[in-house]
Amino acid sequence: MLTTVKRSILALAAMSALTAGYALAQQATLVFTAIPDEDETRLVERFTQYAKYFEGKLGVPVKYLPVKSYPAAVTAFTNNQVQFAWFGGLTGVQARLAVPGSQALAQGEEDQQFKSYFIAHVSTGLKLSQEFPKGIEGKTFTFGARASTSGRLFPEHFIRQAMGKDPEKVFARIGYSGDHSRTIQLVQSGAYQVGVLNHLVWEQEVKSGKVDTKAVSVIWETPTYPDYHWVARGDIDTSFGSGFMGRLQAAILAVDDPKLLAIFDRKRFIPANNDDYKVIEDVGKVTGLIN
Amino acid sequence: MKRLAFGNTSLLFLLSALACLTVADIAVTALNPWGEMLRLLRGVLRPDFLSVEAWSVVWTVAFAVVGVAIGATAGLPLAILFPRFAGVRLAAVVLRSIHELFWALMLIQVFGLGPATGVLAIAIPYAGIFAKVFAEIIEEADLAAERVLPAGTTAVSAFAFARLPEVAGRFKTYTLYRLECGLRSTLVLGFIGLPTVGFHLEGYFKQGRYAEAAALLAVFYVLIGTRRLWARPTTVPILLVASLLLLPEAVGGGSALANLVRFITHDIVPAPLRGGDLGSLATWGAFAGWLQPIAWNQVLPGAWNTLVLAQIALVGMGTLALLLFPLVSRRFMGRVGQPAGRLLLVVMRSTPEYMLAYVLLQLLGPSMLPAILALTVHNGAIVGYLMGRHADALDYRADAPKGLNLYAYDTTPRLYGQFLAYNLYRWEIIVRESAIFGILGVATLGYHVDAAISELRFDVAVVLILATVAVCALIDILSRRLRKALRLSTLATRLADAPA
Repeated sequence: MLTTVKRSILALAAMSALTAGYALAQQATLVFTAIPDEDETRLVERFTQYAKYFEGKLGVPVKYLPVKSYPAAVTAFTNNQVQFAWFGGLTGVQARLAVPGSQALAQGEEDQQFKSYFIAHVSTGLKLSQEFPKGIEGKTFTFGARASTSGRLFPEHFIRQAMGKDPEKVFARIGYSGDHSRTIQLVQSGAYQVGVLNHLVWEQEVKSGKVDTKAVSVIWETPTYPDYHWVARGDIDTSFGSGFMGRLQAAILAVDDPKLLAIFDRKRFIPANNDDYKVIEDVGKVTGLIN
Repeated sequence: MKRLAFGNTSLLFLLSALACLTVADIAVTALNPWGEMLRLLRGVLRPDFLSVEAWSVVWTVAFAVVGVAIGATAGLPLAILFPRFAGVRLAAVVLRSIHELFWALMLIQVFGLGPATGVLAIAIPYAGIFAKVFAEIIEEADLAAERVLPAGTTAVSAFAFARLPEVAGRFKTYTLYRLECGLRSTLVLGFIGLPTVGFHLEGYFKQGRYAEAAALLAVFYVLIGTRRLWARPTTVPILLVASLLLLPEAVGGGSALANLVRFITHDIVPAPLRGGDLGSLATWGAFAGWLQPIAWNQVLPGAWNTLVLAQIALVGMGTLALLLFPLVSRRFMGRVGQPAGRLLLVVMRSTPEYMLAYVLLQLLGPSMLPAILALTVHNGAIVGYLMGRHADALDYRADAPKGLNLYAYDTTPRLYGQFLAYNLYRWEIIVRESAIFGILGVATLGYHVDAAISELRFDVAVVLILATVAVCALIDILSRRLRKALRLSTLATRLADAPA
């Protein structure tokens, strides 16, 4: 009995400690996150450099919150656990729809004209083509994360356009690898015959020698679409003082250290606004990913 | 009709698994997995212990200890009410039928990625499990002391003075054993972002950094393997206090209350009912139109795939357990061989099924097969370990045969009832676990839950999670009936009850 009593007291203590933890966390630390779209083992290390940069520019404590999945990034934003984030096209739209008043602040120069690569295992005999590779019909196919713009949304859209039916009906099997690096890995090993991913990640991994280009190659480049961008919550000014959103946007646009830009694999950041992503909302609705 | 017996029950399960195999999706499609497997092997042979993030190990223990403690504390009063109120029994079924991972995915919507989510994702389902198991222990207890209580003794006093002393020892053993499960569950929570061992393990695996992954896994095996040394009744208070002090702090703002209100009054309310006029027929028509495709395209095929997968894995588990159990029995392996067998089985049962399945996915290509094998290996090792302990607890004749003869004509037949009891008990557990394999691309219920969450459709996710609850509850009832029909109800079914 005693141990039980002790246990309940400790459990109560646990609960109050947790609540206290929450109360403490309410103080004004600016927190941001980013969708984990590729090699995530060094994300903390890399984004901590950004936290330092923002701290210097904005004069408030800044922290990076690592997440494991795309929806987790959106949820952290919806819950106000983070006040701004680096989203993909679709996750950015999802986040803005969930938190009315949120603003797209900036995008990479490359993100205005983003594209995906369809890649195939050598055994399929598929080669690079200008037209949509209709030969992928009946093969096994992997997207990236389910909520990825370049690994899912637009590829699915182009597949529907070219083949006139749902991807489920086009392919023998569909998988969702979870991220772009994993898509390469799964197609390279032949676990899936065909896959699709973000073109920047492909080029970066080829450059760093991680891809066996004899086993896997690009078979089609998609048309371009807008993608990744920084989004801030609409109530960020109420929490951090009026004009804060503008200062944050200015801080992002002012990033010019090549080391910091290399983390995102972008040349520079340029201003963005919500209307730039209208096409994503439309395609999201057509494919049924957005209500 | 012939009465159900051990033989024809086993045959029935075997045949059903074979039937499932013919309809299951088990094609081997990987073309050239060996490059990746070689890298894996090289990593395993050269674990990089310097890369192990010590805090992730500390937090794994802290989450498990606090989660299990709260679960046990909440489970006890529920256990007392358990036999009296059907509502409590139902609540316990719902709490424990939802996998920790699904709990965590829901809790994140309210508490964010932080200590509260980690602790509650363990505590809530474990409270349901503790309620059931504690209630069973109380029911099985010797009631002699209660009969001599003076008339007019209150229920509380009767419980405290006549029953608790009887059952306290078994409560303790079970709670400490449950800590091992807690550690495994906590690791899995890392896969979705809590800062436990699983967080780094998943990242390393994804990136093919197998030397780092192997070191982290090795540390985890040691943690599980030595649990009896560091988690004892005397160390529990220290563990608890230390865990509470060391839990990671919450990062970032947001009001849990506001999130809870939003989650309950908006997110999980079926989309057609949000802000709709609940008195109007049109709203309910829209609701039916919303529910029907979910039921038809997701719940039914998802539940079917979950059951098919579980059925094959169940029989696989049984077969593997029968093959493995001599490895951990002193009678079969001797003083030297037995610890080696034990080590092997600890490694097999502590390797997260999700990791196993991911490696097998590379090797065999996407299908149900990786998930089936992963479930078979993990659960087969657990049942094999238990059976081995039973095998050593049997009384053998002085002239008992040896080796294969002992195995085939003495030990196995005598343990067969116990073996079936374990299998039937783990049936529900396998169904619950197979639901989450959807995340690997097998279209079980978990596959659709993953999709719904990616699309931020929590209303759909809740429908699917409730469907997994229904399937688990169904299997639980079936398993209980079978155990009763086979007269196995009184045999041990829990790890903590196996002979030492």
